[in-house]
Amino acid sequence: MSKDECKQVVLDIIAEIAPDEELSDVKPEVALREQLDLDSMDFLDIVMELRKKHGIEVPESEYGQLVSLESCAEYLTPKFNALV
Amino acid sequence: MEKYDVAIIGAGMSGIAAGIRLAHFGKRVCVFERHYAPGGLNSFYAKDGRKYDVGLHAMTNFVKPGVKRAPLNRILRQLRISREDLNLSEQLGSRIAFPGRDLRFSNDFALLESEVAAAFPGEIDGFRKLVEDVNAFDDTEFNTPYQSARSVVQSRIGDPVLEDMIFCPLMYYGSSTEDDMDFGQFVVMFKSIFLEGFARPREGIRNIIKLLLKRYKEAGGIRRMNTGVAEIRLSGNRVERLVLDSGEEVEADIVLSSAGYPETLGMCSDTVESSTECSVGRLSFTETISIFENDPSSFGWGEDTIVFFNSRDRFAYRAAEGAVDLTSGVICIPNNFDYGEEGLPEGVVRVTCLADYDQWKSYSEDEYAANKERWRGRIWDAARAFMPDTTLDYSRDCKAFDMFTPTTVERYTWKRRGAIYGAPTKTKDGSTPISNLFVCGTDQGFLGIVGSMLSGIAMANTHALR
Repeated sequence: MSKDECKQVVLDIIAEIAPDEELSDVKPEVALREQLDLDSMDFLDIVMELRKKHGIEVPESEYGQLVSLESCAEYLTPKFNALV
Repeated sequence: MEKYDVAIIGAGMSGIAAGIRLAHFGKRVCVFERHYAPGGLNSFYAKDGRKYDVGLHAMTNFVKPGVKRAPLNRILRQLRISREDLNLSEQLGSRIAFPGRDLRFSNDFALLESEVAAAFPGEIDGFRKLVEDVNAFDDTEFNTPYQSARSVVQSRIGDPVLEDMIFCPLMYYGSSTEDDMDFGQFVVMFKSIFLEGFARPREGIRNIIKLLLKRYKEAGGIRRMNTGVAEIRLSGNRVERLVLDSGEEVEADIVLSSAGYPETLGMCSDTVESSTECSVGRLSFTETISIFENDPSSFGWGEDTIVFFNSRDRFAYRAAEGAVDLTSGVICIPNNFDYGEEGLPEGVVRVTCLADYDQWKSYSEDEYAANKERWRGRIWDAARAFMPDTTLDYSRDCKAFDMFTPTTVERYTWKRRGAIYGAPTKTKDGSTPISNLFVCGTDQGFLGIVGSMLSGIAMANTHALR
């Protein structure tokens, strides 16, 4: 999986959790919370959807890695590739 | 023996909402409901081919789609339910009616502010400061100590009439304590009613329950109706199994009960010592539902969605002394929401008053029926005094009628004494002395339709998903 594909996976999850958010021009470098109306309940749901849909575990101490789309890709892509 | 990750007691709004979260994230979950109909305190029924709602006057917490951090939009996200499917119509406008004084309010807070400024010019600055207090309060924190809402309001507002007018709707829409409430609860109620607002699905509560059940089923949740939990069997400090009314036994790692705190502890096989005060609520209500051929606008009542009325010098929100307390109440006209082209098929007027459980419970079957008939007219007259002049002749024009009392509520919801707002002391974190038993719903402390769903979600997230 490429980093771009990984970003898309995260965007797809956000689209499902927050269908009322405009996701077409999310800036990868900027914190998701600064661009979108996501609260801690939503972030927890992103973590739980990653586990449910893709079998990816994100331990609570590493939630901070999910701050932006870019950092998500950085952190999650190796996890996805390790699954195969 | 069937074994579940989580067993939920009660198919009301909070129980189903909790079930959706748990099933969605792969838990094996079952909701047990003793009644044949879902919904709990917000349910529905049919009588003589006509559909009635129980509980729902209006959904509070209405905000436009996209409003950030609003409870309504948060719960929809958590449940993966789309805003359009709720099909909400906004109120036309509501009113707090006291002797010689009216305050109108709507889903636009500016209306209430201007009404307060006009009727209580000396109090408007204090009122604005109170709104600042409300907005500054952190209502997401579970552990804030009790603070009397009366004392906070009195520090901002000097006129006791305005004070009572502010409290009246908040008390009626969710206080389990008499005359005062925790300021945290006041904040939640003030926001949900005044700063947010009222709306209703055209089809009423059915629409919301249907949506919740559909989501629950899609997510893989199991539901067993006509299946009450007779006993929560303990082994030391843990729930070992549930014994159903039929005698069947089931196992669950976690039990989430929406039956009420004292009701839930009462199901336990051993006496449970609780540090939380475990008293049953004293406040109960009666409601009359009158049906008319034509839309209320045809007889001069087309403007008020909900009217909170009080005829005393000081508003008293206390357990009724007679069978029904006629000095205050709530009038709801479900026709007066903005449905667009297609309104409701008939006119509906509902009147809710405080009522005494013990009186209604003491009546024989004949006395009960006779008293319903007796109070019907009195309740109507008490309410009509606060409504515009009308061409309506009640005994001629009312074509169908139903009424529920505190005993009706107890009979169908198993809420002790029909206390719809539950125990006076809430258990905000949902914990009980039993390590794997938690409460959600009314006695957790979030009230109303949006509140009950939020309660189920929060308790499922906190106790069964982490």
